[in-house]
Amino acid sequence: MSEPFEPVIIGFTCNWCSYRAADLAGTARIKYPPNVRLIRLMCSGRLDPTFVLKALSGGADAVLITGCHPGECHYIEQNYKALRRYLLLRRTLVQMGVEPQRLKLVWASAAEGVRLASEITKLVEEIRSLGPLNWPTSTNGQVEIFEPLEVPA
Amino acid sequence: MTASSNGKPKFAMYWAASCGGCDIAVLNIHEKILDVDANFEVVFWPVAMDAKYKDVEAMPDESILLTLFNGAIRNDENAHIAQLLRRKSKILVAFGSCANEGCMPALANLSSVQEIIDTAYETISTDNPQGLRPVANYTVPEGNLHIPSLYPVVRTLDQVVKVDYYMPGCPPESHQIAAVIDLVIKVLHGEAQLPPAGSVIGAGDSTVCDECARKRDVKTIKEFKRIQHVMLDPEICILEQGVLCSGPATRSGCKALCPAAGSPCIGCYGPAEGVIDFGARLMSAVASVIDSNDANEIDRILDGIPDPVGMFYRFNLAGSVLRASKPAWLSKQA
Repeated sequence: MSEPFEPVIIGFTCNWCSYRAADLAGTARIKYPPNVRLIRLMCSGRLDPTFVLKALSGGADAVLITGCHPGECHYIEQNYKALRRYLLLRRTLVQMGVEPQRLKLVWASAAEGVRLASEITKLVEEIRSLGPLNWPTSTNGQVEIFEPLEVPA
Repeated sequence: MTASSNGKPKFAMYWAASCGGCDIAVLNIHEKILDVDANFEVVFWPVAMDAKYKDVEAMPDESILLTLFNGAIRNDENAHIAQLLRRKSKILVAFGSCANEGCMPALANLSSVQEIIDTAYETISTDNPQGLRPVANYTVPEGNLHIPSLYPVVRTLDQVVKVDYYMPGCPPESHQIAAVIDLVIKVLHGEAQLPPAGSVIGAGDSTVCDECARKRDVKTIKEFKRIQHVMLDPEICILEQGVLCSGPATRSGCKALCPAAGSPCIGCYGPAEGVIDFGARLMSAVASVIDSNDANEIDRILDGIPDPVGMFYRFNLAGSVLRASKPAWLSKQA
């Protein structure tokens, strides 16, 4: 294995703020690493925890959730729901042995292209040093969990 | 051993990693059990009759019409019998929560196999002065002995073999079992048709909340309470009273027995129709009704859920999207 580890990160963005922030970063030619794959939702409140679990079980090394700053939700207060789901889901993931750094929440308004780019850069570096997740349900999962285990003597 | 000596179709039931409650639930259908006997020849049912695995091995393939398989796949014996009964059965039903989604045995997926063995053989409550440990293969003068060895993770039945129908519940309610048996007998007499393969049978297609008679209003939760610390109002939604209830994510079919008896739903009928991950659905519902927008206060409220996986995946860890914790799936290598 000579290739350096390139983390795969799934990022969920809000149509009204963080997606536009990412767009702004693009038009302003602000660079951020290509490790993050952005998926646009109408609102961070649309983020079902299932999406995060699917991403991690399918081979992602981390998940980024982004939304409007508190008090600025296009749908009044759905970003608070995202905040609560994020805090609860993170506790569950930690109990499942997933490092808490692998789930990150960032608020970014449509004007904050620079900030979003720098948060993405920070996350990619953090996950790069943490190493791959390789959940065994994913194609890159290295562990064959179905083999019988010899009971220790 | 093709058609049975008396011409009746054959019936089998097996328990893998389970508690035996599913077998009891089948016996609990009262006089309906006589219909089972009248319409089927019971060829294999370890809890109710003596039979050997080699008897099943000697049967022709697909010679058993109906097999109710309860229990999760915890060790190589469970997997072997699951594969054997799959081969010998026309219709294989994942019967009860363990076979469907892992149930209590799958909470072992939070620990490594080594931790489980250590807890069983080395903790303070265990009298084991010689430090004995199980050995999978052992030779004695009479021959070689093999005891089943544990897999690193507990699996559901359909993660091992193809399953024809899913019948949830811990255990499935007797009225639901009776209805399914009635249906199969009708099919035998040409009076009804089997549901499409892969269907969930003996359950509803909505949620427990839908069947619950308690009054629901706006939910705002400032504090999660344990049930022993609160006098529950018998009329009002249990979740609204701050006690965690799994009703919003759980499949209907039990007539909301637990909430009717003053106890929260614990989710034994598994994910409701269309729910991919039971815990995710329940976390989503519970987080939505927390009455705070402040991260620190939300965290303090969440401290009221000391065991999130045990709460949100009590019956469903093996059947969840992640299936097992990292310590469990890493434990093969340790």
